[in-house]
Amino acid sequence: MQSLGELLSRGLSLPIPGPVIGMLLLLLALRWQTVRLPVASCASYLLSHLSLLFVPVGVGVMTHLGLLAHYGLRMLVVIVLSTWAGLAATALVVRYARSAHDA
Amino acid sequence: MPKFVDLWIYLSATPLFGLTATLMVYVLVQAAYSRLDQAAWANPVLWSVVVLACLLTLTGEDYQTYFSGAQFIHFLLGPAVVALAWPLWERRTALLMHWRTLLLAALVGGTAASSSALALGWALGLPHDVVLSLAPKSVTTPVAMGIADKIGGIPALTAVFTVITGMVGALSGNALMGWIKVPKTAHGWMAQGFAFGTAAHGIGAACALENDADAGAYAGLALGLQAVLASLLIPLLFWLF
Repeated sequence: MQSLGELLSRGLSLPIPGPVIGMLLLLLALRWQTVRLPVASCASYLLSHLSLLFVPVGVGVMTHLGLLAHYGLRMLVVIVLSTWAGLAATALVVRYARSAHDA
Repeated sequence: MPKFVDLWIYLSATPLFGLTATLMVYVLVQAAYSRLDQAAWANPVLWSVVVLACLLTLTGEDYQTYFSGAQFIHFLLGPAVVALAWPLWERRTALLMHWRTLLLAALVGGTAASSSALALGWALGLPHDVVLSLAPKSVTTPVAMGIADKIGGIPALTAVFTVITGMVGALSGNALMGWIKVPKTAHGWMAQGFAFGTAAHGIGAACALENDADAGAYAGLALGLQAVLASLLIPLLFWLF
């Protein structure tokens, strides 16, 4: 079922990563009970080992060690500050939208 | 140990090496992670990458040889993103109830994270492809890498940026939430969890889950929503400009 979604979405050359289209297709397909049962166990299993799947690509950073050595500190500054910006912006929007809703 | 050496030479010559090494290192690192009470700094992705990169450097294996084996694991990332539909489906009631607030927050938060990364990257004089690799770093890793690939960044670099982003969120998120005075009420947990999922993806979601079950659920929701929005909007914006 998942590979079907994957294949379907890879076929369409849209500016969106294929798996995301697959995810949307699956979300629509989950309306049906027959789809839901096999997907539930398979999806939970796959997602419980999500961290493992990032490892091979992560190791790829060793091919970019030169870049990291040269710009590492600046990259870290960018990452830390923009993560804080994202966290704060999201939390504040939810908080104000909720309190406006309740008032 | 001549036998061991023979075995090693045999293993390194086959794609099996990359696969076996990845799985073994991951299992060991995962065991260490649970023994350390899942501390944020003991993140299994980070340490697996560090250990494997050291191992490859020491044994003189090149990355291409390693990846010929490890690609079997890498391939599963695609189906894993598809599988994210499941946690979204499970939370469809909450999603439908608060969809306006959550959509707005995901848009604002995602834009803030990604545009501040682009602006700071350029201001600090990072190379163009590095800056592009920074743009999708708040999205869950497989999707972020797909986006980086589309807009001309370096997927491997994005993967590392994404993992570091998640760890920054998990390590400093609680302090930041206290500082901007997000209350520890039902709505506060919703705001906090959603923020963790939006800005710090899966690693942030795991942290939110430790704080509060609802925060964790909203973080999972935010992660999925951010994956969809970012993969639609970031390539579209780069295509337009």
